[in-house]
Amino acid sequence: MTSKKWVPYLLLAPGALWLALFFLTPMFNLGATSLYDPSGSLETGYVMNGHVGNYVDALSEYWPQFLRSFTFAAIATVLALIIAYPLAYAIALKSGQWKNILLILVIAPFFTSFLLRTLAWTAILGDNSSFVHFLQNIHILPEGGRILATPFAVVMGLTYNFLPFMTLPLFTSLEKVDPRLIEAAGDLYSKPFNGFHRVVLPLSMPGVVAGTLLTFIPASGDYINAQLLGGIKDTTMIGNVIDRAFLERGAYPTAAALSFLLMAAIVILVASYVKRAGTDELV
Amino acid sequence: MSEEKNLPPVESLTPEMRKVISSQVTRRGVITGAGAVGLAAFLAACGTKGAADTQSSAAPATADQSDSDKTLNVSNWPLYVDVDENDESIRPSVVAFTAATGIKVAYTEDVSDNNVFFGKVRNQLAAGQDTGRDIMVLTDWMAAKMIRLGWVQKLDKANIPNVEAHLRAALKTPSWDPTRDYSAPWQSGFGGIAYNGDVTKPVMSIDELFTRPDLKGKVTCLSEMRDTMGLVLLSMGKDPAVFNQGDFDAAIEKIQKAVDSGQIRKFTGNEYAPDLAKGNIAACVAWSGDVIQLQAKNDKIKYVIPEAGAMLWSDNMQVPKAAKHQKNAEAWINYYYDPKVAAQVAAYVNYICPVDGAQEEAAKIDPDLASNSLIFPDAATLAKAHIFAGLDEATEKSCQDAYAKVMGG
Repeated sequence: MTSKKWVPYLLLAPGALWLALFFLTPMFNLGATSLYDPSGSLETGYVMNGHVGNYVDALSEYWPQFLRSFTFAAIATVLALIIAYPLAYAIALKSGQWKNILLILVIAPFFTSFLLRTLAWTAILGDNSSFVHFLQNIHILPEGGRILATPFAVVMGLTYNFLPFMTLPLFTSLEKVDPRLIEAAGDLYSKPFNGFHRVVLPLSMPGVVAGTLLTFIPASGDYINAQLLGGIKDTTMIGNVIDRAFLERGAYPTAAALSFLLMAAIVILVASYVKRAGTDELV
Repeated sequence: MSEEKNLPPVESLTPEMRKVISSQVTRRGVITGAGAVGLAAFLAACGTKGAADTQSSAAPATADQSDSDKTLNVSNWPLYVDVDENDESIRPSVVAFTAATGIKVAYTEDVSDNNVFFGKVRNQLAAGQDTGRDIMVLTDWMAAKMIRLGWVQKLDKANIPNVEAHLRAALKTPSWDPTRDYSAPWQSGFGGIAYNGDVTKPVMSIDELFTRPDLKGKVTCLSEMRDTMGLVLLSMGKDPAVFNQGDFDAAIEKIQKAVDSGQIRKFTGNEYAPDLAKGNIAACVAWSGDVIQLQAKNDKIKYVIPEAGAMLWSDNMQVPKAAKHQKNAEAWINYYYDPKVAAQVAAYVNYICPVDGAQEEAAKIDPDLASNSLIFPDAATLAKAHIFAGLDEATEKSCQDAYAKVMGG
């Protein structure tokens, strides 16, 4: 059976090829662009001179937007976890014959476009919407106060849009929990909360870790929510800056440097998080 | 995108309604979605040598094959020409052009973003190669860039007498192509002020927009630098076609003040339209084409050309360097400057018709259309409209940078 050594490589080939073409090549280009002389332009062309200063400039100018992106993403992740955990728990362990229907309902929003769903929120949170009027009536919002074009609206949008990414991994790991373990905890005189805390929660940790990652990472780079639901000063996220740098300002080296910084920051944050949370069960 | 709907069967509608519905998504509407494809332009631009230095070595224009090869390749924006009401793949005016001239047309809707399109053609144009296109339609500033780079053919005025005869006076002398030797507008539009009469009393000037206390937090501006900055420059008595750094800085400061005071709520692409309709915003810097659509549903939404002046932009037909069918292209340009044909297109798209005499022709098709002052503005209104300067690369960059900063990064 020694002749089958090439089989693993063959199996790896499609994925490796795909990644080389559509991930590594653009990454290489992006990396190179981030080191171009910033005085160049699309029109006159760029000179590659290893201008590391792009990174320094990008970070010193846009650190507030970086900070804001990660703050918004972190809040949205926590909110999504708080909302999704009971939901996933109920679907996985308590829903009986409704399980499939509930799961489909969780996935259903994906059938319409991300953009449309976010635009729908502009109607829900609009200045003349009943939701805003209600908040004004109970004096949570001042008279004439608004939700749209505030940081609150952006975080709401992020939470909503990435909720399914939190729910599904949680559901998968909660569904794998053997109900007999919970019963056993009860038999051993564990109170319900203790049973949850000591048995279910640890067993669902892989789902929590996967869910938080799948929410936090795309939420930090998102720019649609800030564009459609946000305002100007206190809602601009790093994705918006990159978007404008590429498309409106034509500042390609800055945009590329910002993209790399965002990637690096996410890798560092995620790595330290995963290290703390432990991922033994993940793999 | 925001406006996709299940459309009722078209046969049951009046021509007026049909026009409104068919134009639900407009050419400017496409811009909103362009962010996603922006990366393509970037990738196309990656790892390429400078374009400017190759310009001098560009091959001379290829011999024109128009006489032997009766074909024409047109690149235009989506939803920018009339289509048959029963079959969207049939474009009546194009069919009529072929019938009249014997020139077969390959009409492609492959311009969805100026920068993305630039990325698509820049390598070929820089090398003096044929892009396979004989006509491309680009917005003023990009058209100006093409001219500056020497990447478009000079038009032979003898072949386009209709342009000479019928191009509206306000569009004849943009600063970046003062004699219209290299471009002819396809459609134009205003950048001005819109307000929702259900929510606020009339807003007639940028100063009102930026300072009136009852509008606080209910104002948006366009993230398109030329339209917003142009209006602000005009409000300060400056000419957006010729301004200096000091004027620009002062205008930026004026916007910054309105941002800091909380007057301006946000900067938008054309997603301001639903917000204006719902009354989330009371007034804004707006494009005329969007407002025509909003007015079809709510006539309280008004469009204002400020006394100080408004912005006028165009998408321009140009013949790229090394195009093989320039003469055919000129026949096309000439044909679409026939007032009758222009009226036919105007009945379908929501923008300012650049052709004199088309209004009279439109009156024969549909009096409502002909009386729409945002499609056929009168000469006095057009005289108040200004075309933004064609900026060189460095100025463009510093202007965009400064404007991006006001917008929050």
